Amino acid sequence: MKSKAWTERFMQGVFFIAACASVLAVALICVFLFANGIPAMKEIGFGEFLSGQMWKPKNDIYGILPMIIGSLYVTAGAIVFGVPIGILTAVFMAFYCPKRIYKPLKTATELLAGIPSVVYGFFGLVVLVPVIRNLGRTLKEAGVLKSAGNGSSILTAALLLGMMILPTIIGLTESSLRAVPDQYYEGAVALGATHERAIFRVVLPAAKSGVVAAIVLGVGRAIGETMAVIMVAGNQARIPSGIFRGVRTLTANIVIEMGYATGLHRESLIATGVVLFVFILIINFCVAFLNRRNDHE
Amino acid sequence: MSRNEVTLKQKMKSYTRTPGSLIVMLLVMLSAILTFTVLIFLIAYILIHGVPYLKPSLFSLNYSSENASLMPALVNTVIMTFLSLLIAVPFGIFSAIFLEEYAKRGNRFVEIIRLTTETLQGIPSIVYGLFGMLFFVSTCGWGFSILAGAFTLSIMVLPLIMRSTEEALKAVPDSYREGSFGLGAGKLRTVFRIVLPSAIPGILAGVILAIGRIVGETAALIYTAGTVADFPKGVMSSGRTLAVHMYNLASEGLYMDQAYATAVILLVLVVGINTLSGVAAKRLTKV
Repeated sequence: MKSKAWTERFMQGVFFIAACASVLAVALICVFLFANGIPAMKEIGFGEFLSGQMWKPKNDIYGILPMIIGSLYVTAGAIVFGVPIGILTAVFMAFYCPKRIYKPLKTATELLAGIPSVVYGFFGLVVLVPVIRNLGRTLKEAGVLKSAGNGSSILTAALLLGMMILPTIIGLTESSLRAVPDQYYEGAVALGATHERAIFRVVLPAAKSGVVAAIVLGVGRAIGETMAVIMVAGNQARIPSGIFRGVRTLTANIVIEMGYATGLHRESLIATGVVLFVFILIINFCVAFLNRRNDHE
Repeated sequence: MSRNEVTLKQKMKSYTRTPGSLIVMLLVMLSAILTFTVLIFLIAYILIHGVPYLKPSLFSLNYSSENASLMPALVNTVIMTFLSLLIAVPFGIFSAIFLEEYAKRGNRFVEIIRLTTETLQGIPSIVYGLFGMLFFVSTCGWGFSILAGAFTLSIMVLPLIMRSTEEALKAVPDSYREGSFGLGAGKLRTVFRIVLPSAIPGILAGVILAIGRIVGETAALIYTAGTVADFPKGVMSSGRTLAVHMYNLASEGLYMDQAYATAVILLVLVVGINTLSGVAAKRLTKV
């Protein structure tokens, strides 16, 4: 009897320790990133590091403003392409889709989420880049653009990321649309609203907080995406002058130069990771806040 | 049939009366068509261009810069997946058991664990890669090795396994537990003999999903497991997985044919793995 109680206690301890693993992991990640990144920021100077417009490791000039702007541009572009199409597709899945084809379509959106980012990147490299290159040339001949660019550009990365965040947006928006009570829709229709008016003026506003959470999560995915962006964005470390110009994101900066960087250069790349990490923490906090609020409602 | 036609006609008629609704409806349809066309195009494009290059030399057991064989990468991927799961699965399942079966509701510590799990889920893979490089590669002194990569990935998939196990445990009816207690079983016996066995399909779905993520991961591995293209000599030697292999082929630009073929293998693997996870999850709902 006594030994049994002992095993119970022992295993409870084991479970508890296992549960601490995720806390420990987050703590370790924070400690190691900040401990290795902050000193470099101090040495370069916080203001200079964050707002410097030049990134020239050979001359010991480290300013990551071009990369911050690059990440923001690319993410904003992904939102412009991904969010409207994602939300409208979610509306289709929830209110228009014939029952017979719902299941295959639902599987397809889940499949879209599972495709590895390298495969997306490869697709962007062999399909989107040439398309954008030709588009740039055509626009240059028409006199709209000054320079055509070579196809690796903000626009290409934004299109690709827009594709990649679609499953996140569709999945979460659809489930929050389904969580709205049927009476909302029925009441609107009974008052004479059309199917569309009922959905877009009554049900969608009621699902607003879920949709916002979906968009924020999409922003998180877009800003943290690495491999796909590297393959299509051109990666020039300067502030871009148009959407047909190449751009380097924070994530790309780390992967491209980490292979050969040493000393302060290496530390400044880790500091780039810290900046990215802080962005992500803020986004995570927003998602957690939105989800908690949804639960309470 | 005739009734359907009438309703369709009525529908069209009401749409002509409200052109705004018609436009919105068309936009919805257009977006849905665009989404699914893009998906089909992506998969079809890669299959059509990649399948012709699936030659036997691609699966050669001797890697050379001529054949760019994907066999070593495939072996590395299997080793990497196995090692990562070996670490992540016990931790994930045990912590889910703690959260669902032992911890009291509303406990502050439980709140902290949930918050950190959510945080882990939102961290992009490049940050995991950086951390793995700083901690496992440098501080632990393992160098670029499969072991360092596996530890990094195990942290990455931990929240995935935790979440799916939690959901699976939640789905087990309380009457199972009460019945077990009623027959005189202790808490531990109830958990391992009654609750866990009935939650297996859900746990399995999560584990398979984790495999899918490991197989498709690149950014977290480049600076932890390294990019050596040959067979590994052990867990302490560097080796690239299939996804890293594919990235290197595509970015070098010298082996585009092989890159297409590798993309096919990767796509088929990941899609197959995710489908398997769906099947496992469906078994859960049937129980």
